[in-house]
Amino acid sequence: MYTIGADIGSVAVKVVLLEDGEWRDGIIVPTGWNPKDSGSEAISAILNQNDLTRAHIARVVSTGYGRNSIECDERITEITCHAKGAKIIFERGGVRFVLDIGGQDSKAISLDEKWNVSDFLMNDKCAAGTGRFLQNMAVMLECELKDFSALPNDIEPHAISSMCTVFAESEIVGLLAQGVDKQALMLGILDSVASRAEGMLRRVGFNSGRSARGVAFTGGASRSINLAELLERRLGVPLLTSEMSQYAGALGAAEIAFREVLSRTRGAG
Amino acid sequence: MRDVESIFEEMRNAIPAGPVRIKEAVDKGKKIVGCYCAYTPYEVIRAAGAIPVTLCSTSDKPIAAGEEHLPRNLCPLIKSSYGFALTDTCPYFHFCSVVVGETTCDGKKKMYELLNRLRPTHVMQLPQTYADPASLALWKTEIERLARRLESELDVTVAESDLKREIAKRNEERRVLGDFYALSTLNPAPLSGLELNIVNEFFKVSFGDEKSLELIRELTSRLRENYKEGERRVAPKKRVIVTGCPTGKSLEKVFNAIEENGGTIVAFENCGGIKPNYELVDETLPPYDALAAKYLGIPCSCMSPNNKRLDLLEKLVADYYADGVVDVILQACHTYNVETFLVRERVKVPYIAVETDYYQGDAEQLATRMGAFIEMMN
Repeated sequence: MYTIGADIGSVAVKVVLLEDGEWRDGIIVPTGWNPKDSGSEAISAILNQNDLTRAHIARVVSTGYGRNSIECDERITEITCHAKGAKIIFERGGVRFVLDIGGQDSKAISLDEKWNVSDFLMNDKCAAGTGRFLQNMAVMLECELKDFSALPNDIEPHAISSMCTVFAESEIVGLLAQGVDKQALMLGILDSVASRAEGMLRRVGFNSGRSARGVAFTGGASRSINLAELLERRLGVPLLTSEMSQYAGALGAAEIAFREVLSRTRGAG
Repeated sequence: MRDVESIFEEMRNAIPAGPVRIKEAVDKGKKIVGCYCAYTPYEVIRAAGAIPVTLCSTSDKPIAAGEEHLPRNLCPLIKSSYGFALTDTCPYFHFCSVVVGETTCDGKKKMYELLNRLRPTHVMQLPQTYADPASLALWKTEIERLARRLESELDVTVAESDLKREIAKRNEERRVLGDFYALSTLNPAPLSGLELNIVNEFFKVSFGDEKSLELIRELTSRLRENYKEGERRVAPKKRVIVTGCPTGKSLEKVFNAIEENGGTIVAFENCGGIKPNYELVDETLPPYDALAAKYLGIPCSCMSPNNKRLDLLEKLVADYYADGVVDVILQACHTYNVETFLVRERVKVPYIAVETDYYQGDAEQLATRMGAFIEMMN
């Protein structure tokens, strides 16, 4: 039995295909300006490369900001899906907090013993502390997002005091003019994202006692090794990251779809 | 007897017709007194023979105009109120001869200084604690001072007998609303939060009119009878109490986000709902003492400490079988925003605070938050 989870994010569409609840395939494509088309096309693509048709799929659950734009069986918010996805990806980590930094928003989720969401906080009204902030800063500094993951870890971040994207841009112009090292600035930019994230985690109950059991770091920004290091420095605990973490939302959606089909089959049987 | 749908229809139609009724009253020589806040003792204004009306304050349209004089980083309710007055786009403001304001928060009291240049604005100095006798004495003096000001502005006399009559009448209005709100303690709820909101908005334009009050009574008994007979107008969903800043047109986006994502609003604790109406004015006390005690006891976040709000919310959560509480915070409303910490601790059910303003741009984000919040309860 196949289920699909589609996470239509602001930057990328992530689709995961499960076969009997086990990973079968996953793809990531850019969302572009049309979440409806890119979402549907991504689902078609994953079906094609697995020689399947829509009729083979027992249930499709969509999530992410574009969840209402595609046809599916159920729509569930990315908060719930990320929690479920993190449970699978970090099964052995004993994760109690999920920090997700995506293209458009960032969120901190706290989980109870059963991996249910017990509290969450979203930053979604402003670019500060999100992937969008990093994107803007990359343009400013004429570098690419991946460069934010290849910085030396032996130089001190140069503090950026402005949280606001617009003000941070002018602050950086000033700092560049003063001759501040570009890499120290890039680390400073990452550290400002880390500081926002730290604040959010603490507000949903992160503290060193409970946190000893781990924080999972997901979303596109989790691919930055430097950002993860800066966060670890602030939080005082190692972060759990995974190559798979960008799939957390889609995987959680596919898992929810799988559980639902399972419970219906059992109910019917 | 009319059915529920036609009563709601009549209420919906009455809301935009409010200004016409006020114009007709003015044409007949009635005086209109503009109010913004639940602390304004309507009884005094009515005893002075005038009609107290709620002035416009919940649309984002006049905010840009308001920002010509006011800082941007100010609560949208204050900017909207002032912008409406400045652009003369609030019909109620247009027809009012006096405005009554209170020193509830920093933004408002300073805005009233500017508003006074557009219309005579009487500002009541509101003490910020409810239990202390000196505060109560000051508030009583302030209510008496309002009466004297209205006497001179409107050239009338406010007699004690008039006050007593209006106190009894306003108490009856509160009882009618209380009976109506109590419907939603039924589980599943007999009506949606959007419908609750219609009644709250309708009540604002009832202008003390007995016919309007009767319509609310009729709706209450109709809904109750139908429910007894087994009618379920609303599918069982997660039961949510809305609390926090004053609600209104521009915040319906939050109510929609709750009700379109698996929730039903069973109570509005806000000042357009239960907060100013759950306690009556004591009719056995001398009128000014009774009014002072009642109004100073309103648990707005401008009070410090504000334990009554926490007590009230705790009781509402139990009485209304609430699954969760949504605290709506207007941007730059520091008092309600700081208080979220205490509310979260006290309510003991899933709780979320959302900070928003009057612009509609965050409707999608609100849907995600409310959706996730309600999924959390499953």
